[in-house]
Amino acid sequence: MSAILTRRQALVLPAGIAVGSLIGRPVFAAEPVKIGLVAALSGASAKSGEGISRGLAIAIDEINAKGGVLGGRMLELVRRDDESNPAKGQTAARELIDKEGCVILFGGIDSPVSLAIVPLVNSVKVPFMGVWAAATNITRNGANPNFVFRVSAVDVLVDRALIKYATTKFGAKKPGLMLVNNGWGESNLAGLTAAAEAAGVKLAGAEKFDDKDADMTPQLQRLREAGADTIILVGNAAPGAQVIKSLQKSAWTVPVVSHWGISGGRFPELAGSWAGKVHFIQTYSFFGPQNEVGKRVLAALMAKYPDIKGPGDVTPPVGVANAYDAMQLTALAIAKAGSTEGAKMREGFLAIENYQGLIKNYAKPFTDDNHDALNENDYVMVRYNGDQIEPVTG
Amino acid sequence: MLATALVSGLSLGSIYGLIALGFTLTFAVSGTVNFAQGSSVMLGAVICHTLAVGLRWPMLVAVPIALAGCAVWGLIVERIAVRPFVARGSNAWLMATVALGIVLDNVVMVLYGKEPRALPSSLADDPWVIGNVGIFPLQIVVPVVGLTLALMVHLGLHRTGLGLKLRAAVENPDAARLMSIDVNFLIAVTYAAAALLAGIGGILIAPLYNVAYDMGTLFGIKAFAVAILGGLTNPWGVVIAGLVYGLVEACATTWLGSSSTQIVTFSVVIAALVLAPSGLFSRRRRVRV
Repeated sequence: MSAILTRRQALVLPAGIAVGSLIGRPVFAAEPVKIGLVAALSGASAKSGEGISRGLAIAIDEINAKGGVLGGRMLELVRRDDESNPAKGQTAARELIDKEGCVILFGGIDSPVSLAIVPLVNSVKVPFMGVWAAATNITRNGANPNFVFRVSAVDVLVDRALIKYATTKFGAKKPGLMLVNNGWGESNLAGLTAAAEAAGVKLAGAEKFDDKDADMTPQLQRLREAGADTIILVGNAAPGAQVIKSLQKSAWTVPVVSHWGISGGRFPELAGSWAGKVHFIQTYSFFGPQNEVGKRVLAALMAKYPDIKGPGDVTPPVGVANAYDAMQLTALAIAKAGSTEGAKMREGFLAIENYQGLIKNYAKPFTDDNHDALNENDYVMVRYNGDQIEPVTG
Repeated sequence: MLATALVSGLSLGSIYGLIALGFTLTFAVSGTVNFAQGSSVMLGAVICHTLAVGLRWPMLVAVPIALAGCAVWGLIVERIAVRPFVARGSNAWLMATVALGIVLDNVVMVLYGKEPRALPSSLADDPWVIGNVGIFPLQIVVPVVGLTLALMVHLGLHRTGLGLKLRAAVENPDAARLMSIDVNFLIAVTYAAAALLAGIGGILIAPLYNVAYDMGTLFGIKAFAVAILGGLTNPWGVVIAGLVYGLVEACATTWLGSSSTQIVTFSVVIAALVLAPSGLFSRRRRVRV
């Protein structure tokens, strides 16, 4: 064989060496730590995805400004749109883990999507952080070890809070349930039924609706005939608005207490003039006196996003606040773990002792038995005033 | 509960009937059906919303432009997805119209966005209350418009020169061609009219529902079921079938609960077609020997 290189070999060889060195290069300390987000970034719940993205972005900016994690590695957010579709969410989750190398996934508003991702993350041992979807069995999923954590409401606790609010605020004696016809609705049917029973309240009935139903007056009429004195609503913005329009159409001025799904889209626009009648749950409000973190986050939001001119423009606040605190807790977990390896990060979450957050001062937020950092003491009731979400007063 | 079911059923049913009228028109004249009819529903609502809400044009301007857009869309469907296949004696127009509808839905998704939007109307804001039943004025306008349009279709087919040509084309296309009747033009006109009817349905339903790129899918499917139920060739039968379908849907939800709605409604459609395979109100074509 000739020892003299041909012209082609002379060109190809250095290129091959260069490519080979890139493929086989060691992990530098400065390589970013990728944070995945699988959420509804388009469609009827697009606002939820935008809120979560903003909360994560503000937290990541703060963490990176302080030097990142693990001795100087910057955090980098990688987003994928699940279009509120469980199959698309699961595919996106696989891609973020396998292709992008994300060390943790954050979830969005849709419980069915999160429930589709839960078995995947538990099998590949990558932590998952829920920041909106509230189905009880997202965190209480029976896996051991369980890699799913949440900084958000939990249906079983929200349901107790909704029943309590309906009875104390509106004197409800016979609430009627309007529930979206999917896994999230099922989760709340069980939770609300148990909560009503525990509170000694008899339910007028439970009606279901689909996302695309054009008219919900028949379901509402059934509840009305059954003697419902309050409606408890569980659904996202578009179908939730359809329920309110159907109420308006029926001229039935019954109080409505809602889970927070309606805050993830254009509810006030779609529901029209009756949107403000709905009292719904959030985990945080940027109105009123703020702690130091609240002041800092609001200022950062106003500086980063021109459309935010005050607390009322932070919509939906729940997405922003939950995501912000969850990201900060994740950075703490990585610091505790000293690694981005899934199993160690899981232990890191369980090892967090205290964190002064936006929503509250977290003390031992996660334990072996409890992967939900928030509870019923962390909920606030709000309503729409125009496009803004304000706390209910009086 | 009966009154509420009647109001809800008649209102939605007349929309289904209106959209289904389009299926009847094209099938009667050409033996083909526009499976992109649901997309025409969406197109009417989206154009109207864009002009009336986005650009703040008056409704009196926005509605005619939206309907003209639908008519043009109907012509495009006929020219691209129907005529070439019919000319070759192929039934591929069936898939082609479905595909073209999907293309339009996705183009609108890109241009208009995925988020549902509201089309406010003073006719759908302040309900009239009669006893225990509330009703938006628009819910009364919808059936009135539906029945009026069915009457106009009927009169157009039987009392106008164009209608005479259409019926001639239906009875004997070859003879019609020999009489210098441009059958292709007539078929194109019916496709435009069918899309226009669907567009009217979209604009009427939008204030009661919402406007979204995928809003036409369900309406299109239900309207096709209504068209089959009504007998495809009978405009009045299709309108009545629409009202029946809407009433069955509303009554099933009212008395059996929402979980039973689709089970009951489509079971009724299947049962009706078993009993009357050509539809409840089909007109048998007389064959002279």
